[in-house]
Amino acid sequence: MAIRPKTQFLSNELIEKIISEARNILCKLGTTIHNKEVLALLSDHGATIDMNKYHVLFTNEIIDKALKSTPSSFKLYDVLGNETHDFSGFNTYFTPGSAAINILDNKTQKIRKPNTEDYIKYAKILSGLENIASQSTAFVPADIVENISDSYRLYLSLLYCEKPVVTGAFTIEGFHIMKDLQLAIRGTEEELKEKPLTIFSCCPSSPLKFSDVTSQNVVDCARYGIPVEFVSMPLSGFMAPVTLVGTLVEHTAETLTGIIISQFTNPGAPMLYGGSPAIFDMRYETTPMGAVETMMIDCAFSEIGKFFGFPTQAYISLSDSKMLDAQAGLESSMGATLAVLFGINNIAGPGMLDFENCQSLEKLVLDNEICGMTLRIAKGIEPKEDFPSIPRFQELLEEKHLLISKHTRRYLKEEYYFPGKVIDRANLSRWQEEGSLTLTDRAQQEVERLINEYQPSGLPEGIKSELTKLMEAEAKRYGMEKLPK
Amino acid sequence: MDIIDQISLYIDKGDDEKVAELTRMAIEQKITAKKILDDGLFRGMNTIGEKFKNHEIFLPEVLMAAKAMQAGMDLLKPLLILADIPSKGKVVLGTVRGDLHDIGKNLVGIMLKGAGFEVIDLGSDVSPEKFIETAKKHEAPVIGMSALLTTTMPVMKEVVNLLRNENLEDKIKTIIGGAPVSKNFAEEIGASAYSYNGAHAVKCVKELLNQE
Repeated sequence: MAIRPKTQFLSNELIEKIISEARNILCKLGTTIHNKEVLALLSDHGATIDMNKYHVLFTNEIIDKALKSTPSSFKLYDVLGNETHDFSGFNTYFTPGSAAINILDNKTQKIRKPNTEDYIKYAKILSGLENIASQSTAFVPADIVENISDSYRLYLSLLYCEKPVVTGAFTIEGFHIMKDLQLAIRGTEEELKEKPLTIFSCCPSSPLKFSDVTSQNVVDCARYGIPVEFVSMPLSGFMAPVTLVGTLVEHTAETLTGIIISQFTNPGAPMLYGGSPAIFDMRYETTPMGAVETMMIDCAFSEIGKFFGFPTQAYISLSDSKMLDAQAGLESSMGATLAVLFGINNIAGPGMLDFENCQSLEKLVLDNEICGMTLRIAKGIEPKEDFPSIPRFQELLEEKHLLISKHTRRYLKEEYYFPGKVIDRANLSRWQEEGSLTLTDRAQQEVERLINEYQPSGLPEGIKSELTKLMEAEAKRYGMEKLPK
Repeated sequence: MDIIDQISLYIDKGDDEKVAELTRMAIEQKITAKKILDDGLFRGMNTIGEKFKNHEIFLPEVLMAAKAMQAGMDLLKPLLILADIPSKGKVVLGTVRGDLHDIGKNLVGIMLKGAGFEVIDLGSDVSPEKFIETAKKHEAPVIGMSALLTTTMPVMKEVVNLLRNENLEDKIKTIIGGAPVSKNFAEEIGASAYSYNGAHAVKCVKELLNQE
């Protein structure tokens, strides 16, 4: 009886127009793909290729064929093989913002480079955050050689936390060890296809360009049935038209290109119709993720993705602020609320500050509550033994309250979302008596608590050792004799 | 698990029928009223306050436990009187004159009873004289007053002043509460304590009576 709350920006007519313009661009202006293997593949399927310029012109038939084989849903499974995500319809899940280069130090609250110890803390905390369903490889530890900076994050995530991982390779080579780590957990390629453990972010370079690395990552993921999320990043007014509609046309064209590469490599390969577009702030020369128009583009491209019938993803619910302050809260919660109301299936952002540059463990803890509140919104309003109402009101009038009514006790925890101690709901005197703690104080306490209460991942020890062996061998290949403790 | 442990367990679970049944059995088995009270009923209630403060349980569970405690207490009371075992103390409770809001006050009453205090609830719209008269008559060492309206808060001060005039300040302590009331206001009017909710009121009363 509950209605899933939804909202929309675009009419079907406008969506169709945007898609038709994007198709025109792909067929008449074309796109650039810096990968000869992919160009050869597309040529085989009838695309017009200029190998010297890495240029390709599609046809509507090619686009239609790719769209036809793209799955409308897929599932994710944790390291133990339990189903955690069903990316379909309006199911929404949160994942931390990923690949930050900095961390907000959890003691000094100053921005600095992160290390292995920070990453392990992050994975431990994430294990205890119930409203964030997956891990992302959230930041890049600076205490290892750069060549393994993509795979090393995945290794630590798989070792310390059971949740599936949203990740990505920084190089073509990086993919292989990242795939091998997953195979060590699942056992066989078939099992990995059957039960996907990760999603790889694959990012086109705006405008209308696929790099060698991104193209090859898409191909490799498709071959192994590893889901990808296409993260097109048009910048309104700079690398895309200034208008939101113009930006959406570009986003659609770039995402369709990714879908074509993926589906022609392996028809039926799972994917999220994603993105991280932003407006370009012409005063600061920055790309504000907390701008309301950035969020509007996110929600609108998700509508387009859903119009195609695909599950969606977006970088939304993050903040441009440099600390855990009111701006961080307002931008993150506005984004999360919109994302949930638009049914974006994989919402990426929690923990992130400073555009997409800085992760904060304290913000993750706060954002977990934002996620919990917005997921409550998604559940909507439905009657629960509310009709007929007279017996309940008789009880109320007789007993003078309903505090211990069976109805109260039955539905209290189901009907309300009770946030953790990071959200202050004490009255003034109690708040003062308990130390007049600020949001940052409370978040720091929660971070400490989650680290102390962490339970090691249930992944068998043998597999954990296998992961370490693989990672050590990879590090040695790049001249690093030992992994950090 | 012996019967006393079971009483304690079912207090924790908030099962009043089971607590009454077990208390009755314990009495039949000639276990002393004091032992049933201290090791069964009180022990069960002791953990409730702490769990509530840590958000492990919520208000309904606390009230269910208090109700279960009361069920055991009702059976034990005659025996406690016979054995001359005093209650934890008496508290005169009421919403002050001019104010009819008694929800918060009632919660405080349930919590105090659950913690083993004897509560003399005067209801709402209670005059300062009535508070003092009742406390004197029952030899209650604590008066608890509630107000929701800023316009009725001054009545609390009247009670404190009357006690002062009668030199009863040391004998009868005052504790106040209610949405507009604060610790500062309590200090300002010279009340002995301020509490911000039912569970906290129990803690404050225990402190006033040096039971903590």
